[in-house]
Amino acid sequence: MDLNFALIKNAIPLLLQGAGITIQITALSVGLGLLIGMLVGVARLSTVKPVKYLSNVYVDFIRGTPLLVQIFLVYFALPILTGSRIDPFVAAIAACSINSGAYIAEIFRGGIQSIDKGQTEAGRSLGLSWFQTMRHIIMPQAFKRIIPPLGNEFIAMLKDSSLVSVIGFEELTRRGQLIIARTYASFEIWLAVAFIYLIMTFTISRFVAYLERRYQVK
Amino acid sequence: MIKIENLHKSFGELEVLCGIDLEIAEREVVVIIGPSGSGKSTLLRCINFLEEPSSGSITVDGIALSGEANINAVRREVGMVFQRFNLFPHMTVMENLLLAPMKVRKLSREDAEKIALSLLVKVGMESKANAYPEQLSGGQQQRVAIARALAMKPKALLFDEPTSALDPEMIKEVLDVMKALAEEGMTMVVVTHEMGFAREVGDRVIFIDGGKIVEQGSPEMIFNNAREERTKSFLSKIL
Repeated sequence: MDLNFALIKNAIPLLLQGAGITIQITALSVGLGLLIGMLVGVARLSTVKPVKYLSNVYVDFIRGTPLLVQIFLVYFALPILTGSRIDPFVAAIAACSINSGAYIAEIFRGGIQSIDKGQTEAGRSLGLSWFQTMRHIIMPQAFKRIIPPLGNEFIAMLKDSSLVSVIGFEELTRRGQLIIARTYASFEIWLAVAFIYLIMTFTISRFVAYLERRYQVK
Repeated sequence: MIKIENLHKSFGELEVLCGIDLEIAEREVVVIIGPSGSGKSTLLRCINFLEEPSSGSITVDGIALSGEANINAVRREVGMVFQRFNLFPHMTVMENLLLAPMKVRKLSREDAEKIALSLLVKVGMESKANAYPEQLSGGQQQRVAIARALAMKPKALLFDEPTSALDPEMIKEVLDVMKALAEEGMTMVVVTHEMGFAREVGDRVIFIDGGKIVEQGSPEMIFNNAREERTKSFLSKIL
């Protein structure tokens, strides 16, 4: 087995650029996904029927279809409906955050449900509104508990973001493909790509472990 | 102060409260006793709408409890102390006492802290102001919970078995705080199994069984001269 290290060395700067873009997509998608997930997670627990059903449909649809198909839907189907082309970056962020939002919604729902009902009762009996009780009492406690699954979601999104390469968006995986198209060095380049992903996911998992220790659930 | 008329509450098929009529005067200390499952906790929880009554009317301080809007208004005026304390574990003792006065009464932090500190002194917990609930014993937590309810300056306080989750040696410190409140003239409704407390502090004792008020009267009358067989048999088992 002969590995051409010079080739890898030359490719590294280009791949690292791609990795930067991968981090961008992931951070933006999980960030937006957190917002969506928090709202939808609360909505799933709502006693207002339409709110509850709509949020259920969203979560079921997203979890029941492949991210790859969702990316195609956003990139190819949406322009037909709206009549205007959609930028690959916007499409990638939109598809990934809508996808991530559904998984994060389930994480939030579980976190909120794990908080003792007495906490809500104590808050409400003091005259706090439903929203104030959520904001000051339930969410801060729920958030500590969902740090580990949120970390998993972040790592999953980072890896799944490789799928946006199919709409030609130049993140890490797509950069790898392009370099291989020029050099034919598939083994070397994929090895390098895999290694860069590994460094990123490992860093995140260490960071999550640190957060867990810091906000240890009391 | 609190007026309850023909209150019914069902959970599905099960009717827990079957027509309760009750009036509680200002400064009165009413102790509710009865076997478990008799509906005494449910009655208490209906008074500040933690349970929604199936029918009947509840008026607190002249406000009839109906929609969401005035429920919050009533809850502000009626404090509740729970069996399992329900302190907010992510906040210090002081923060537990500040949250509602600042967010609901819109007090400044300075004013709220002044009130909170005087209440902590009152329940003997001022030295633990910066501790977290998990660092306190059960009795200490319950005393903080009472102070937290008092921080809203309620017109009445509801106690739902406040000593039932406590180790025996901690019951007294909580009862002493409650006794002091009663002496200051706080209107109190207390669901409890502490018959000593009922006898000593209660103005009126109400015996509930099967979702109905079976008998009520002064502690002296209930404990020494109960008329109803069911009251006598319940008391004979626990005294």
